Amino acid sequence: MSENTQRLVPTPGQTIGPFYGYALPYENGENLVDRSHPGSVRLHGTVYDGHGVPVPDSMLEIWQADENGKVSQETGSLIRDGYTFTGFGRVAVDNEGQYTFTTVNPGPTEAGKAPFICLTVFARGLLNRLFTRIYLPEDTEALANDPLLSGLSEDERATLVATREADGSLRFDVHLQGDGETVFLAYPGLE
Amino acid sequence: MAAENPEDAFEPLTAKGADDAADSQDQLNNEMAQITKQYEESGRTETQPRLDYAPYRSSILRHPTKDPRHTDPETIELYAPAFGERDVHKLESDLTIQDGGEPIGERIRITGRILDGDGRPVRNQLVEIWQANAAGRYIHKRDQHPAPIDPNFTGVGRCLTGDDGSYSFVTIKPGPYPWKNHQNAWRPAHVHFSLFGTDFTQRMITQMYFPGDPLFALDPIYQSIVDPKARERLVADYDHNVSEHEWLLGYKWDIVLSGSNRTWTEDDSNV
Ligand SMILES: [Fe+2]
Repeated sequence: MSENTQRLVPTPGQTIGPFYGYALPYENGENLVDRSHPGSVRLHGTVYDGHGVPVPDSMLEIWQADENGKVSQETGSLIRDGYTFTGFGRVAVDNEGQYTFTTVNPGPTEAGKAPFICLTVFARGLLNRLFTRIYLPEDTEALANDPLLSGLSEDERATLVATREADGSLRFDVHLQGDGETVFLAYPGLE
Repeated sequence: MAAENPEDAFEPLTAKGADDAADSQDQLNNEMAQITKQYEESGRTETQPRLDYAPYRSSILRHPTKDPRHTDPETIELYAPAFGERDVHKLESDLTIQDGGEPIGERIRITGRILDGDGRPVRNQLVEIWQANAAGRYIHKRDQHPAPIDPNFTGVGRCLTGDDGSYSFVTIKPGPYPWKNHQNAWRPAHVHFSLFGTDFTQRMITQMYFPGDPLFALDPIYQSIVDPKARERLVADYDHNVSEHEWLLGYKWDIVLSGSNRTWTEDDSNV
């Protein structure tokens, strides 16, 4: 542990603003694996505002374990070599607020845990980033035992569990506000 | 890369449209003063921006109305992606040498340390910045502010922190720029910073400002951090020890991320 007993006050966040598009997104940012990878999965959806209108200037980041539930600490997310799974992805939504990542289904990081993908949301007009989780829908028993999900109403819970589509892809929409508002998360040490 | 549609970005004054900002700065100032008054009366201490801050018009439909759900981080959330020299070249921290010629403006260095809430340095982690040029213009294609583009300046930089959590960028001091939030709205000069910690839950994006900017009181993005002490944490210090003889002016800005929730062993701390 650190010698400091007094916690330092965190620096405030600010909006990503409108002009990140030439600075933060990068080539293959949204491709954690290649589409040809045997276990590749499309994770996609739309970001909506409080009127249900797509948000065209949002940036999303995901962070996840690999198919076996292993947390990668490999470098190379910014310049991908096509083989190394780094677990991190970044994408700017398109003009219709839609995004697509190509990734794998994360395995449970511990036996019996419900696997999920961490999602961070940034947008013009959003004054600080938002955290949430994208749960895989399959392991219903693990989902039922999940400490976060089991404390939510049915409607709230539904905002965190992705839909598995017929083609195997995962659909996860983000509602910043209003009907079906996504449950966003706060962690200890974080206001 | 996806195109963007920042309708609150500056557009030429000739392109008047239905969405034109009608509110005056006085109107904005009144709204901001009202919120300040309520905050002072509340007796609370806030350290982060309000997500619901109506003077920043674009936040009105883009803030969650429910409080965030408190949860304990699970394994994946206790780690952050790793970045290394494969990802970032050393020269990317000098924004003045990226496009051949010398960019125009005041050459500066911005340096400081990134710590977690317990004062531990955040080591070997990615820092990304982006900013307007000396005239207040971004390279971004939707930035229509009629100020000159500098062909020798992209305004984008990256670096990895050192073992002591330090980062350093050489760049040009950005200019203030107009935007469409209200009539005669100007952003104080700022540099956007994107930061990772040791835990993914420490991920943050913010803006660094320069000391003494006359636009602070007028800017709803800066003022969305309603606590004066908290927002001053975004203002760098001029540091003459960082300045270099006949070369550049130095600014010092330390960044504190939220506390790590990992159980740190002696081993981890020495990685
Ligand atoms: Fe900006």
